[in-house]
Amino acid sequence: MASSMPTAPGELASGSILQRIMSGRQENLLLCLAISVFALYPLVDELFDIGRLGSMGSIMIYVLLAMGLNIVVGYAGLLDLGYAAFFAIGAYTMGLLTSPKSFFIKEGYVPEWLQHFWPALAVSWVVAAIFGVLLGAPTLRLRGDYLAIVTLGFGEIVPNFFLNAEKITNGTLGLNPVGKPSTFTIFGHKFAFAPTDQDNWYWLILAICVLSLFMIRRFYNSRLGRTWQAVREDEIAAASMGVNLVRTKLWAFALGASFAGFAGSLSAAYFQYVHPANFEFIVSITILSMVVLGGIGNIYGVIAGALLIGFFDRILTEELTPPLNSLGDALSIDFLANHNLTQDKFLIFGLALVLTMLLRPEGLFPSARRKAEFHPEEDKISEHEQQQMYDIREMDEPAVGERA
Amino acid sequence: MTLLQLHDVHAYYGNIHALKGITIDVDQGEIVTLIGSNGAGKTTTLRTISGLMHPRSGAILLNGARIDATQPHDVTRLGIVQSPEGRRVFSRMTVLENLEMGAFVHGKADPNDLNRVFDLFPRLKERESQKAGTLSGGEQQMLAMGRALMGKPQILLLDEPSMGLSPILVEGIFSIIQEINAQGTTVLLVEQNALMALTVANRGYVLQTGEIVLSDTAENLRKDESVRKAYLGE
Repeated sequence: MASSMPTAPGELASGSILQRIMSGRQENLLLCLAISVFALYPLVDELFDIGRLGSMGSIMIYVLLAMGLNIVVGYAGLLDLGYAAFFAIGAYTMGLLTSPKSFFIKEGYVPEWLQHFWPALAVSWVVAAIFGVLLGAPTLRLRGDYLAIVTLGFGEIVPNFFLNAEKITNGTLGLNPVGKPSTFTIFGHKFAFAPTDQDNWYWLILAICVLSLFMIRRFYNSRLGRTWQAVREDEIAAASMGVNLVRTKLWAFALGASFAGFAGSLSAAYFQYVHPANFEFIVSITILSMVVLGGIGNIYGVIAGALLIGFFDRILTEELTPPLNSLGDALSIDFLANHNLTQDKFLIFGLALVLTMLLRPEGLFPSARRKAEFHPEEDKISEHEQQQMYDIREMDEPAVGERA
Repeated sequence: MTLLQLHDVHAYYGNIHALKGITIDVDQGEIVTLIGSNGAGKTTTLRTISGLMHPRSGAILLNGARIDATQPHDVTRLGIVQSPEGRRVFSRMTVLENLEMGAFVHGKADPNDLNRVFDLFPRLKERESQKAGTLSGGEQQMLAMGRALMGKPQILLLDEPSMGLSPILVEGIFSIIQEINAQGTTVLLVEQNALMALTVANRGYVLQTGEIVLSDTAENLRKDESVRKAYLGE
């Protein structure tokens, strides 16, 4: 029978083991290079007197958030519009465990050993993951738009809860100061974490980003990662293969949330301040924009998206405002002279999102699989898939006129 | 020995009474076929067996143990593996990755199973690293069956394996079903192509609007006047 079959367009053995190893090695080499470049940034910043180290720290926190959201949205295909909730939970866990303003500290509920940065960081990772499961569990029957709406609600509830639970969270006053890592020495370099030690903070955040990157890569290449792909492609087929759909999705929610927990507790310590206004809806949307712009499902694309939007958000809009204002002065146009570009950043993100959707819906650096989904004609996939859709539709149709 | 037993199974889609008391026995080593026209409840019966939906009343037993409340992933673990309707291969994964997914419940793919699948379907070996979505319809059907075999089924549920395939391919697929059975796997086959199904099967059940109207050996069903008229186009 083999000879009677039409020959499908032959794809070269793109997944052959040799090539996999080669590309894996290349990938690691490039990755090490990129990490070293980022690790050297504080020296460059000092050398050229750029003074943007603080912004780079915030951008790295964005990177962490985008990588985490990518697990939920990119790998498992579950649209989460309330991701900032987990960011908030991470930050408040750090705050409540280490800040002298915290209700739990004042009442003496927190054991002394837990009131420090490192243990609190680990705890916030776990707490965020637990809340990921708590949110995930009731929403698993929902799909697409409906899931998005529920997560949107959760994203609103959490910051509001922290705002109104004044007795515990200090409400609108926020929590300040927050615990920070104690000074330690590696290779003769003394790492201190006063607010002025921007370079040490930057390295700390970068280190946690890199650690998270390797963890997420491990997860993605594991059995669990393969399961996420299967569930995203076809839930029924995956269930037929013995995949537990509930557990697979809960893992995605839990792991996705856990990295937001890292990001939250890091940012709490970095800014020495936790306030509900830092976790509004717009934060969730900004992170989602990074994931979409960079390329859903490809962790490097997502990192690039986060760096790009972070760069716009924290650096470019600020840097461009003074020249714009002097231009306005020179031309005596009042609007330009007084306009602050940082007010426009959401306009710019919105525009970026719309343009991405129109011009490159798979993102700037898509994963191969996602690209295939958005450009089926390039993969010679559409024909068969349309046939498959047709087959299924045929079958779902109720019987017309039973034959006896 | 009875491997799989459905006893007076009633199943509903909302208010629609889809299965009205189905009783089926499948013995170890048999090929049993369910035939019937569109909407008779063939696929629903398979979905109920594999746990994708649960019967409102009645019992499903595997080796004498009830499985009618079991979740689909656990049903697979127990050795009932379905090659679902419409093939449903993972189109962005390669052929090999699809087969590995088939062995999901056993952790790693067993090389013996992999060789067995490649022996049955040499075409899959050729296309090992090709994305499943780029396969032809017939190759996708082979992959769907191969993927199910990777789960080491005690009983293989095949839903419309001939759907959308050319007559010559259909013949090939059915001869492979016989081969799989000869290797020791029990098969429950759902088909609209009644003639082919009754040619390879030992026994058959005729389903009509959610009820079993006839059950006999495949040979007798092939000779049966009403079956010939309704399903064999004579």
